[in-house]
Amino acid sequence: MPRASFAKARSSLLEREGVLAFLLLAPAMAVILGVLIFPMVSSLGLSFTDLKLTDPSSGRFTGLANYAAASRDPMLWAAMGRTLTFAVTTVTVETCLGVLIAMLLNQKFRGRAFVRGLVILPWALPYVVNGIMWKWIFDANYGAFNALLSQLGVIGEYKIWLGDPATAMVLVIVANIWKETPVAVILVLAALQSIPKDLYEAAAIDGARRARAFFSITLPMLKPIIVSLLVIKTIWALKEFDLIYIMTKGGPANGTNMFSYYIYQHTFQFLNFGYGSALAYILTILAVGMAVAYMKSLKGGPDVES
Amino acid sequence: MVNRNGSFGRFGLYAAVVLVCVAILAPFGWLIVSSISYRVDLTTVPLKWIPQSLNLQNYREIFAAGSGGVNASLKIGLLNSLVIAGGSTVFCLLAGSLAAYVFSRLHFRGKNATFSFILLTQFMPMIVLIIPIYMIMSRLRLLNTILALVVADCAFTLPLVIWLMLSYFESIPRDLEEVARIDGCSRFGTIFRIIMPLSTPGLAASGIFAFIIAWNEFFSALVLSSTLRSKTISVIISEYSSKVGVDYVAMAAGGVVASLPPVILALVFQKYIVEGLTAGAVKG
Repeated sequence: MPRASFAKARSSLLEREGVLAFLLLAPAMAVILGVLIFPMVSSLGLSFTDLKLTDPSSGRFTGLANYAAASRDPMLWAAMGRTLTFAVTTVTVETCLGVLIAMLLNQKFRGRAFVRGLVILPWALPYVVNGIMWKWIFDANYGAFNALLSQLGVIGEYKIWLGDPATAMVLVIVANIWKETPVAVILVLAALQSIPKDLYEAAAIDGARRARAFFSITLPMLKPIIVSLLVIKTIWALKEFDLIYIMTKGGPANGTNMFSYYIYQHTFQFLNFGYGSALAYILTILAVGMAVAYMKSLKGGPDVES
Repeated sequence: MVNRNGSFGRFGLYAAVVLVCVAILAPFGWLIVSSISYRVDLTTVPLKWIPQSLNLQNYREIFAAGSGGVNASLKIGLLNSLVIAGGSTVFCLLAGSLAAYVFSRLHFRGKNATFSFILLTQFMPMIVLIIPIYMIMSRLRLLNTILALVVADCAFTLPLVIWLMLSYFESIPRDLEEVARIDGCSRFGTIFRIIMPLSTPGLAASGIFAFIIAWNEFFSALVLSSTLRSKTISVIISEYSSKVGVDYVAMAAGGVVASLPPVILALVFQKYIVEGLTAGAVKG
């Protein structure tokens, strides 16, 4: 019978699961292994050398010398301190704003769909454009912020906002908050929409006031997504680079020189590839460590067999 | 939520909504206004918020042929970005869907570990990868090529595409493929004849994400490109503040043009973006 021989021919190589899996995974894994994994390993090796692109005789194995130097590097610690400030502030504000705005957008009002759509705009904007936009707004000579404040009578003369280390950090934080809050809003809003309405009705019948309903129903139901947001945003804050590069280049006076930018300086400006790799690895351990701890806490990590 | 319908409550609600809208639109709106103003208007103090006449010079230069100066490089950057983002999207959709199929429908030892591993790569900081990537591309003589940038973008975007497509595949009942296979369809055939056609929303969401991520990508493009041969629009704009100096109008125009593709895509296909962002994040 034609069907039987057909079936026999079909049980060819492509039917064996292992082989098929390998073939289908090959393109994706080739890129991931080549561009992500191999460099990760290679970076580790680099961090054990003293490679400086400016010194042709460098590249010798130096073991953990770079890491030891890093622990004694005051500028690194300062950068990490700034990164911590940046991370704590942006993550807290973005998550709180995210919850507040999501709750707002969960109410019924006219034009709600339009506003919900609008929220995506800062997320979609390229990082570079976000940087130049805010840099322009806070420009010392002609910026809109100065213009607004002076026309409202709040300040007498234009200030060089990005010229002071403390205010520069505040402004970088503002720019980051503007760009990154939409993600929080969208995720929290989706979570809010999945809370069953009967819970609130039951609470109302029991005489609970709105504030009570918020703390007893809404907040606990939002806890998983809020925790996710806190973790993911913290990791993103650790990695923040583009904004610093565009707005302040780590200045003024290293006021906004955060971890990622500091690594960039050592690698691509001072050409200390060895030391830069070690610093980068420290950052990676922090970021991936947090990610692993978080994934494990989600009860054993993502389950592929559902 | 139970609503108290006092007029103060409604007023407060709408006031808050307006505040949110202003907070979102004002900064970008100011960028747009700056891009169509004359420099003279932007540099007067006190600032005149609304330009008295419109200056479309920069836009004309960007989109016209044969212009010189910064806007010419911007145009090239625009084309580079299109090619790079487009190429990366196509590859990610293909390779990512196939990979997602493996994780969804096939079994092999270490599958869960491999999947977790792929997801973890999303948390690796770019800076730790870019140094060896730079060295590898340098050795392969791929520095400053479009291909290098496409490959880099793919690596950063693939895990997300795999994740998204996986969640879509999981929602397709396996019976459909079983029926097809009984009818003689090969395993490979079921992918393209059954699963993919049913996953077009997933492909759309993944494609839009992949495109926007690749378009907005900056750091790897900065490091891997050195001339107009491969510079993306993000890189060109980042050079504006030093190159153009104080031509704020041109810089604003460049920023607006660079934003148009991702912003328009996101606004038009917002449903897909929201679905993509929430896939798996809210469940469980």
